[in-house]
Amino acid sequence: MARQMTGAKMVVQALRDQGVDTVFGYPGGAVLPIYDEIFQQNDIQHILVRHEQAAIHAAEGYARSTGKPGVALVTSGPGATNAVTGLTDALLDSIPIIVLSGQVPTFMIGTDAFQEADTVGITRPCTKHNWLVKETSDLPQILHRAFHVATTGRPGPVLIDIPKDVQFATANYSDAPKKSSYRYNPPVKGDQDAITALVTALETAKKPIFYTGGGVINSGPAASQLLRELVEATGAPITSTLMGLGAYPASGDKWLGMLGMHGLYEANMAMHDCDLMICVGARFDDRITGRIDAFSPHSLKAHIDIDPSSINKIIHIDIPIVGDVAHVLEDMLRIWKARGRKMNREAVAKWWAQINEWQAVNCLNYKDDSKVIKPQYALQRLEALTKGMDRYVTTEVGQHQMWAAQYLNFEDPHRWMTSGGLGTMGYGFPASIGVQMAHRDALVINVAGEASWLMNMQEMGTAMQFNLPVKQFILNNERLGMVRQWQELLHGERYSQSWSQALPDFVKLAEAFGAKGIICSDPADLDDAIMDMIKHDGPVIFDCLVEKHENCFPMIPSGAAHNKMLMGDVSTKDAIKEGGAVLV
Amino acid sequence: MNALQIKKGANKHSAYNLRPTFSDAVEQHTLAVLVDNEAGVLARVIGLFSGRGYNIDSLTVAEVDRSGHLSRITIVTRGTPQVIEQIKAQLGRIVPVHTVNDLTVEGPSVERELALIKVTSEGEKRVEALRLADIFRAKVVDSTLSSFVFELTGTPDKIDAFADLMRPIGLSEVARTGVAALRRGED
Repeated sequence: MARQMTGAKMVVQALRDQGVDTVFGYPGGAVLPIYDEIFQQNDIQHILVRHEQAAIHAAEGYARSTGKPGVALVTSGPGATNAVTGLTDALLDSIPIIVLSGQVPTFMIGTDAFQEADTVGITRPCTKHNWLVKETSDLPQILHRAFHVATTGRPGPVLIDIPKDVQFATANYSDAPKKSSYRYNPPVKGDQDAITALVTALETAKKPIFYTGGGVINSGPAASQLLRELVEATGAPITSTLMGLGAYPASGDKWLGMLGMHGLYEANMAMHDCDLMICVGARFDDRITGRIDAFSPHSLKAHIDIDPSSINKIIHIDIPIVGDVAHVLEDMLRIWKARGRKMNREAVAKWWAQINEWQAVNCLNYKDDSKVIKPQYALQRLEALTKGMDRYVTTEVGQHQMWAAQYLNFEDPHRWMTSGGLGTMGYGFPASIGVQMAHRDALVINVAGEASWLMNMQEMGTAMQFNLPVKQFILNNERLGMVRQWQELLHGERYSQSWSQALPDFVKLAEAFGAKGIICSDPADLDDAIMDMIKHDGPVIFDCLVEKHENCFPMIPSGAAHNKMLMGDVSTKDAIKEGGAVLV
Repeated sequence: MNALQIKKGANKHSAYNLRPTFSDAVEQHTLAVLVDNEAGVLARVIGLFSGRGYNIDSLTVAEVDRSGHLSRITIVTRGTPQVIEQIKAQLGRIVPVHTVNDLTVEGPSVERELALIKVTSEGEKRVEALRLADIFRAKVVDSTLSSFVFELTGTPDKIDAFADLMRPIGLSEVARTGVAALRRGED
């Protein structure tokens, strides 16, 4: 049914029709009509951030923790350019978000008007798709399409640039069409012959492994469920990328832990030695593969992915299956059962015996200290004290992120929000705000490093204004820890610019915002301090002073193969060769 | 591995057999890309090539279906088989892209390019220019007492050959459209 309304009203109406309850944003001249409409309604809550980058990360946190798309609203020019980092982050991690940006009126576009930027031009390479709306009559269908594109196929960020005159003008509003009526609808069913080929390979495999990624989580709860069923039924070991943690429970007995550069020894060794690799919704990122020509040299490789461009991009794939993870796993399970649930159980048992030997190395072992808090210890205690709670974890980027991935356990998808592909310092705090908005009663913890955290610390204002009791668990080593680690390994311990000098007093900083600050430097006090943080009903900055020069291990040095891991207790001198040093 | 006749233990065989191995040989391919004729679509395609470091040898674009708002982009590109596959997959991922066809591998196709070639010369050289133009079936579309503009249609090789021959005779300017290509046969 056609209804006359202004473009600004259409925006709010379309958000409502798409089931949006929360928008993260920051007002400005070019979006004033939309903000005026937001003012006059109560269905959609607007969360005022303190910087547009934070609005995008908060929308990402909301999206990742719910499986629903996140929405952000920013003004033209600087509002839009501040959104670029968040958009790129969401693109690399396949997070569905819709960003609405204001634009100068159509008749002023191209005149270098005040707060004008070529937003669709700037954001073209960092969005899945974007639109500049030139007619108000086009706006409703573009809004609906944006939600469709962001959430269909491989999810990703989209942006709609709306000139101010388009917001003021009036046209007919129209409802969202059926999803099936869109031309853009990537196929979800995998090729049955290829799936059968994979099942056949699985039946005879002696050393199979599942290598899973964020695609399992993006595919939805059914995918995680089917993955668990398949792993349990076949008895094959499973490892996951940073992005995929939680799809298979960390307490599961087939779980090898995370793989990759700072992944677990057993996971990387099993990847190197396997004879059948089943990659499910992961993309052979360079953090995963290490040296390409030495990557899992003896395995048959199958790859399930909804994005054909992920297949054969880096690693040659023997059995490519283009499709949605849940659909393909369902078919795979059905075909495997129909063919008699065959596995080479004897060989797989031997494979597990080998894996158990690797596990016995206990690669996450570290030298504990009774005087100084080791970052690993801090995370082990955080894990122990929050186990079983309704807990969501976000992180910033660096050593603390890798330690969090190693020492925290995730039993379910959507519980772990981290910037994987782009590695965006400053992601975690605003993301925790987005998560807390979606889960008001849950315990939301941002595991942070002090340097990352400072990048978006202005969001303390947001957390206070909206009573979001996010816990900022800062592992403070007064260093850019990962940068410092690389300088130690690669640059003769010349620690160029990797100190966090002139750090604030985090307790006073918390108090300045009206929040609670906790400082802890003695391992003996840590448990009580963490419990204080958990029990406090409000935002907390937890300044956890940790060992300053702790390195993150195990580690595959750049340019090395999976089976050439550095462990914590071996000498790291000259571990990275010249060729590896040019890699990041 | 019966369904796809993959030998057990074989790891150099793709199930779809798109390419047998990762070869280093650089190939030239002509891609036909059908896109929604909307603002920015060409920028998306070109941005993909520049952003990911792919090569464009030639590119043509024009609307081919006014009522359906469809444009056809013909791209001649080069790369290893892996890169070519990646280019096709990346193009296919762009939201307004309908289809990507690799005319180089999908059976025989015809490729044509149009060129306007200006030759400035006098005396005997003018006569020679006309003689060569006749051999190449180039048309004279503009003439002064000291110059010709020839119109020539053909494969890129043919246009290269014509331009090379005209160089010593007084070639002064060349404008080429880039390749337009279609599959042979009824579909």
